Amino acid sequence: MTTTKSKVVYSPVFTDGAEFRIPTFKLLKQDGKLYKSAKAPDLDKDKALRIYRAMVTTRILDERMLAAQRQGRLSFYMQCTGEEAAVIGSAAALDDGDMIMAQYREQGALAYRGFTIDEFMNQLFGNEMDYGKGRQMPVHYGSKKLNYMTISSPLATQIPQAAGYAYGQKLRGEGLCTITYFGEGAASEGDFHAALNMAAVHRVPVIFLCRNNGYAISTPAAEQFAADGVAPRAYGYKMDVIRVDGNDILAMYQATQEARKLAVEHNRPVLIEAMSYRLAAHSSSDDPSGYRSKDEEAVWREKDPILRMRLWLESKKWWSEDDEKQLQENMRREVLETMKRAQKRPPPPLESLVSDVYDEVPPALAEQFDKLKAHIRRNPDEYPKSAEHAKGGA
Amino acid sequence: MSKMNMLQAINNALDTAMAENERVLCFGEDVGVFGGVFRATSNLQQKYGKARCFNTPLVEQGIIGFANGLAAQGSVPVAEIQFADYIFPAFDQIVNESAKFRYRSGNLFDVGGLTIRAPYGGGIAGGLYHSQSPEAYFAHTPGLKIVVPRNPHQAKGLLLAAIHDPNPTLFFEPKRLYRASVGEVPDEDYRLPLGEAEVTKEGTDVTILGWGAQMEVIDQAVERAEKDGISCEVIDLRTILPWDVETVANSVFKTGRLVVTHEAPLTGGFAGEIAATIQERCFLYLESPIARVTGMDTPFPLVLEKEHLPNHLKVYEAIRASVEF
Repeated sequence: MTTTKSKVVYSPVFTDGAEFRIPTFKLLKQDGKLYKSAKAPDLDKDKALRIYRAMVTTRILDERMLAAQRQGRLSFYMQCTGEEAAVIGSAAALDDGDMIMAQYREQGALAYRGFTIDEFMNQLFGNEMDYGKGRQMPVHYGSKKLNYMTISSPLATQIPQAAGYAYGQKLRGEGLCTITYFGEGAASEGDFHAALNMAAVHRVPVIFLCRNNGYAISTPAAEQFAADGVAPRAYGYKMDVIRVDGNDILAMYQATQEARKLAVEHNRPVLIEAMSYRLAAHSSSDDPSGYRSKDEEAVWREKDPILRMRLWLESKKWWSEDDEKQLQENMRREVLETMKRAQKRPPPPLESLVSDVYDEVPPALAEQFDKLKAHIRRNPDEYPKSAEHAKGGA
Repeated sequence: MSKMNMLQAINNALDTAMAENERVLCFGEDVGVFGGVFRATSNLQQKYGKARCFNTPLVEQGIIGFANGLAAQGSVPVAEIQFADYIFPAFDQIVNESAKFRYRSGNLFDVGGLTIRAPYGGGIAGGLYHSQSPEAYFAHTPGLKIVVPRNPHQAKGLLLAAIHDPNPTLFFEPKRLYRASVGEVPDEDYRLPLGEAEVTKEGTDVTILGWGAQMEVIDQAVERAEKDGISCEVIDLRTILPWDVETVANSVFKTGRLVVTHEAPLTGGFAGEIAATIQERCFLYLESPIARVTGMDTPFPLVLEKEHLPNHLKVYEAIRASVEF
């Protein structure tokens, strides 16, 4: 039995899908003015400024924390630079109750939801106030209260999870959806295909947001797939798809707003391909000069999504030079002061080594922990972070 | 009480869980209207609707990824992998995701509601890919629980415990026993403890330890050994992870001898872990080396299945050798 109603032909006709040319949705030009036939989405001043502040916060946080990593204060960092509009524009189009399941470069979405600089810092330094209890590398944020699923390093695993999470939301009838972010490289993983197919078959209210930023570490998109980007794959799963200028905050906002309607009101999963560029290195451990030119980067620097939004805000008289100066100064100061505080906080207690593996520590692990504490007590000088915590117990 | 075979007991457990809590969902390949290739989910879709019991596309990594998301959301997914041999595409989702969800988030999020059911084991002429016992791969992963029942009564009570346990649990079902025999099974909800082995027969000369389908093999071997005048203590481990060291060690303190048997290959099998732990605990009490009676270090064969498997004859010989050492 086939589910495809297919026209019959009597000679071998191949098709390569070339007839499907997916356009790119844009609203805002780089000078902050709308394209001629474009109409700005319904976005009030308060929300627009909330978006803009989150973008600037993300940019400054990224700059300062990369510098902190270079100074040796931080072990590792990943920047969102260049992709702030793709991430924050989409997150802003959601209900704050919607679940976000991100890859690792979406700190902008968290900043938009209201994660404080202090909360960012506690995770980055893995101190006793880190929600993740110092267990994961920097940038693996999570927030229960902001509906932001804790980041997991393995690529694409969050994509089928997002489909499952959203299916659960649908069954609860909460009128909520899940958005999941991933790069164009992660879209090569099996989990991506598994997720899109399952979401389409089960009509799940989920938005798949692919940040096509041109590179998977050093591998350019042209070596990642032969097709016209990631978007055409949606046809194979019978899913709504849109390609958006990922540096265009208004287009990202409106596209995601419409995608959310399809997902929540019609149980239609949507794929959004946000075309952007990873202006920074993959991570603090990466050096792009080995695989791409400064000239290429310069072209994309001209398309800065934050500047583009700022020019639009200024054209609306919602933002001024003074506002900008004040925000920049305040953010830089807050980041620096907060970093100093977070760095001084003590590490998580030794007990956090063995808690949360299960809901309760099983006997064999409790025994290993007692042995460890006894060992630390015999060698306290070798374990300055935990010698104090090892005093109690067997 | 009703007379049920193991499949009926499993089906009854799923039915019980779904009736009690609308957030319990059953899904997997062919699980829907057909009720699963072994019929473990028979009538569940008819009874609870397509939204709660459904077929999935053939994509194990997708099934478990989907289930992880559902569990994180607060649902109680019971995902079926059609054969344990086909669980490996989902290995990443199980090992890197299910097992680490709570730990990596500092307990902000967990997938404790997740249960993964999979038929395992040989003896059905299933060859390489319908016979494997993959428990040891997962036993190397802190954060998971692994449970294997030996009969219908155990199957229902342990499966309900697995579904309600606040940790992700793999439930391996000995498919050779699915229809092999019937036993008395309570009709109501009841839960057997996870992480606790059960001494199914007391004895004084030697301890025989196994789980799942191997318990039947052990019983046959023990019957023969007892005719020789050897008093055997038999333990069903029931939960592979985290396993009940105390019960096994206490038994070996008494008998001084231990035979561990499983179908999975010898090298890297879970018997090795048990042997290492028990020799540490019971070193001065041991009267003979801890014996492992297992499948051979080969892929699972077809025609020579009987030769490969640790059957009652091999277990019997190991009991004799242990006592006569």
